[in-house]
Amino acid sequence: MIEREQVLHVAKLARLRLSDAEVEKMAGELSGILGHVDRISELDLDDVPPTSHVVDLENVLRPDEPRPSWPREAVLEQAPDPADGAFRVPSPQSEA
Amino acid sequence: MGELLGHSVAQAAQRIAAGEVSRGEYFDAWREAAAGDELNAYLWRAEQDPAGGDGPLAGIPVAVKDLFCTEGIATTAGSRILEGHRPLYTATAVRRLAEAGAGVLGKTNMDEFAMGSSNENSAYGPVRNPRDRGRVPGGSSGGSAAVVAGGLAPCAIGTDTGGSIRQPAALCGIVGLKPTYGAISRYGMIAFASSLDQCGPLTRDVTDAALLLAAMQGRDPCDSTSVGIEGGIEAPSRTDLGGLRFAVPAELAGDAIEPGVRETFEATLRRIEELGGEVDEVPLPHAEHGISAYYVIAPAEASSNLARYDGVRYGMRVEPEGDVVEMYEATRAAGFGDEVKRRIMLGTYALSSGYYEAYYGRAQKVRTKIAADFDAAFERFDFVVTPTSPSVAFELGEKADDPLAMYMNDFFTVPMSLAGIPAISIPAGLAEPEGGGPRLPVGFQIASPAFAEQRLLNAAFALEQAIGLDLPPGGAADG
Repeated sequence: MIEREQVLHVAKLARLRLSDAEVEKMAGELSGILGHVDRISELDLDDVPPTSHVVDLENVLRPDEPRPSWPREAVLEQAPDPADGAFRVPSPQSEA
Repeated sequence: MGELLGHSVAQAAQRIAAGEVSRGEYFDAWREAAAGDELNAYLWRAEQDPAGGDGPLAGIPVAVKDLFCTEGIATTAGSRILEGHRPLYTATAVRRLAEAGAGVLGKTNMDEFAMGSSNENSAYGPVRNPRDRGRVPGGSSGGSAAVVAGGLAPCAIGTDTGGSIRQPAALCGIVGLKPTYGAISRYGMIAFASSLDQCGPLTRDVTDAALLLAAMQGRDPCDSTSVGIEGGIEAPSRTDLGGLRFAVPAELAGDAIEPGVRETFEATLRRIEELGGEVDEVPLPHAEHGISAYYVIAPAEASSNLARYDGVRYGMRVEPEGDVVEMYEATRAAGFGDEVKRRIMLGTYALSSGYYEAYYGRAQKVRTKIAADFDAAFERFDFVVTPTSPSVAFELGEKADDPLAMYMNDFFTVPMSLAGIPAISIPAGLAEPEGGGPRLPVGFQIASPAFAEQRLLNAAFALEQAIGLDLPPGGAADG
């Protein structure tokens, strides 16, 4: 069972702001889904290696050659708040 | 005009190459058809023929899921957070289609960030199923399936993470192929779950699926996990199934499948035997845990992939009073829909301190077991077959308030995704929905070992010819 406090903690980790109604709903929904997922806790998986990737590849390398990158102006055109050739963001420190 | 739109991609490409039809005439005919979209299937439509190069797909319009980046053309992934976003580059799969001569006809609606099985999670409204407009087309490539089944495009591409090509193809009555993980480059595909995402075709028939796969597959220096299919892909031509062994998961008997879907599935098994194929049961004991493993692994990867949407470099920003963290939180709260938030929360929880081993760690081990089950099956069998979806297309809104019920749509498609193996859904027949009503398409799923796409397509082609289902695009299946 996922409690309200856990939802708030995870939302903070995920940088998501949830309304009170969303928090309540999320607690119930996540509990339901994890209740189903919990069935895998009954399986004997002690000596089973984990699979993170299905293609048998390792260290795919390419020559380290300099190449042109995207033009700065084109990239900044997509930004919500470009300024002085960079991405502008609100201050990282609260003024409060 | 109507005659032109009736052609398969293979037929149209042949007539264009022979000079019987001009590519401009063909593209215009499809632009006109696409302009009549009443399904909310397109998010963007081409205003002119993009005039691609010469090649096996010269003059063929392709509808592209809005998850693929297209240079200068709005690419939203079905999300409010990317509204109006114009990528600086084009996805490799789309570029390869263009190099083969195809042109982008439009960008198709989809579940936000490919998270969904009904297309009801799009920020731009749900897509309607052309076979019954009160029902969902499936998801997440619902727009791509609907345009092909609805006669609004000759072919389309989509992406499949846990069934997002195969399930909508089944629910709309067309062919959908998820290739082996690594067959086609993921470069320029907006990432959902990177160890599972794979691009593939949605087409009217198996031959067209082979044509698109042939053009798109291959190694790409921009995606280190892409390897391509050795020997390439040719048009399928097999007409019998002699000497081929088809496995039906033994656990299938106990699963919740609509009676009409089960009947069609069993009739298709008999058809395989008539064509000389052998059908037998095989145990896949861990497949039933696929949903559990998938709904930990995919959200975990998504929670990481979607961390990039922070209102800084591209996409929308909400600017509240306060510091940068408040900006992130407000932007993500306004930009993401409910299902995306749910998956980010689920994934973040599964990766968080104290829960990682119980959820993510165990899910990765289940993934190993599922892949091992398939390996064992393929020692004795050429293919594993299942219904693609436990039900025919369901009604809009029917499962929208029950996330777990929605996730169960992926029951038969998720195991192949976790194992990384290819699987195709072909229309196998029509069945009445559980609540009654006109009959709707049923998909039959065939899975093969990794990189055995040619054998898979050959078998699917033979079966398709034998089934001989006539499902003309554009309207009700049972009209």
